[in-house]
Amino acid sequence: MGRGFISRGFRGRRREPEGTSERVPPGQYLVDGFPVLSAGPTPRTPLSDWSFTIEGEVDGPQKWSWEEFQALPSERLTRDIHCVTKWSKLDTTWEGVSVDTLLEGVETAAGYVLAYSDGGYTTNLPLEEVTGGKAWIAHTYEGEPLAPEHGGPARLLVPHLYFWKSAKWVRGLRLMNGDEPGFWESLGYHNFGDPWREQRYWGD
Amino acid sequence: MDVPVWRGHRAGQHMDIRLTAEDGYQAERSYSIASAPENDRVELVVERLDDGEVSPYLTDELRVGDGLELRGPVGGWFAWDAEEGGPLLLVAGGSGIAPLMAMVRHREAAGSDTPVRLLYSSRSYPEIIFRGELETLAAGDGTLEVVHTLTRSRPEGWSGYDRRIDAEMLREVAYQPEERPLAFVCGPTPLVETVATALVELGHDPARVKTERFGPTGG
Amino acid sequence: MDEHRLDGNATAGILEEVFAFEITTARAACVQCGATGEVGAQMAYVTEIGTVLRCSSCDSPLIRIVRQDENPRRYWLDLKGVDYLQFQ
Repeated sequence: MGRGFISRGFRGRRREPEGTSERVPPGQYLVDGFPVLSAGPTPRTPLSDWSFTIEGEVDGPQKWSWEEFQALPSERLTRDIHCVTKWSKLDTTWEGVSVDTLLEGVETAAGYVLAYSDGGYTTNLPLEEVTGGKAWIAHTYEGEPLAPEHGGPARLLVPHLYFWKSAKWVRGLRLMNGDEPGFWESLGYHNFGDPWREQRYWGD
Repeated sequence: MDVPVWRGHRAGQHMDIRLTAEDGYQAERSYSIASAPENDRVELVVERLDDGEVSPYLTDELRVGDGLELRGPVGGWFAWDAEEGGPLLLVAGGSGIAPLMAMVRHREAAGSDTPVRLLYSSRSYPEIIFRGELETLAAGDGTLEVVHTLTRSRPEGWSGYDRRIDAEMLREVAYQPEERPLAFVCGPTPLVETVATALVELGHDPARVKTERFGPTGG
Repeated sequence: MDEHRLDGNATAGILEEVFAFEITTARAACVQCGATGEVGAQMAYVTEIGTVLRCSSCDSPLIRIVRQDENPRRYWLDLKGVDYLQFQ
């Protein structure tokens, strides 16, 4: 590191339990809590106004109301999550609709998606990073409805990439032929964001 | 604390403290400066949060002689100089007293007679930060008024306010809008928002109401 | 009540690493809604991932900043949300 100034006796809240180190990507620390990082006000969209849309380079856009979304097959999953700000949380449990389910029957030649959220947040990914069982629209965390400060009523969940890609308050996916950097990707954060290759910033 | 190359601050400003562990892990927090600009040494108020990351280090671990990495002073928007006059309406919740105390102390050190009224919310009498100093200053200065409200428990015979600050209390305590006070409100976000909204609804100019929300990590 | 939003004054620390003068008292004009006001009077979201200053009238992002601490030390500053900044 060689950072220079060290605060004598400071450790912070981290802990690394036995046998977990191979699950922690380079440069990360484990946390017990679930930090909240906000780039804007917490949206409060009533469920009666909520919808999820698949649009863009597709034959026909698809849209689900909250009731229709809840009626879709949902999966329970346990994953480790990794934030670019260096915290990791192991064995987080979620319930959500697989993006594969939402894209069933959708014809597209698009190579990229832009996820967009209430409040204006966006994040971009290659289409293949949200298909094949890698991404969900998650509505339940630890058995409870996802709290607004963590992205409720529903957020994108893409655990194999840094967690800024798991867009909170997601309202749709726009399928695109060309890649378009999202909110953080346009301001220094890595376009792809693989925690195992420590792709935090441009050029990493 | 002594800060070797301190460039001096204005009453109300804050500093950012960064802690670095041996393995490079870092945590950063902001703390308002409670000391007057006229004072050589810099004083902060740190409220220890049990599940905090930085505050327990500052209150439990830090020893005389240790170094601290800091950035500042910063934040000239939430600051007051005696030359600006008033009257000055200061509203504090808990450790939100810190930047307002700097203003009170600066006013004292500058020999200013700008009228000032401090409305200060604390959980209980023993938890009032700077209680003795405020009492002494107010006793010796007819133009400094301190009004306390205690929200959780009161001592025997307490005849002061006994609830969270609300519009009614502000109506009774604050200067009239016609007096065009400069208002500074500091403390937990819910208190700050309640007070700021109420002051504007009472007719105070929003441009003369400045707020410092502490947010979830306090200080 | 959003407990994660702070006053614009809270951006002072990070912004004064890149601005040579007092930024919190600068007047900013919002490109989205036209409102003007001091930076200190806007809304701030200050976290380890980055800092976003938002218009207190319409929530549009006025200023965004990201700082990479090392290897190398870099900043990314986005001012597209302001028509102008006026300093005294």
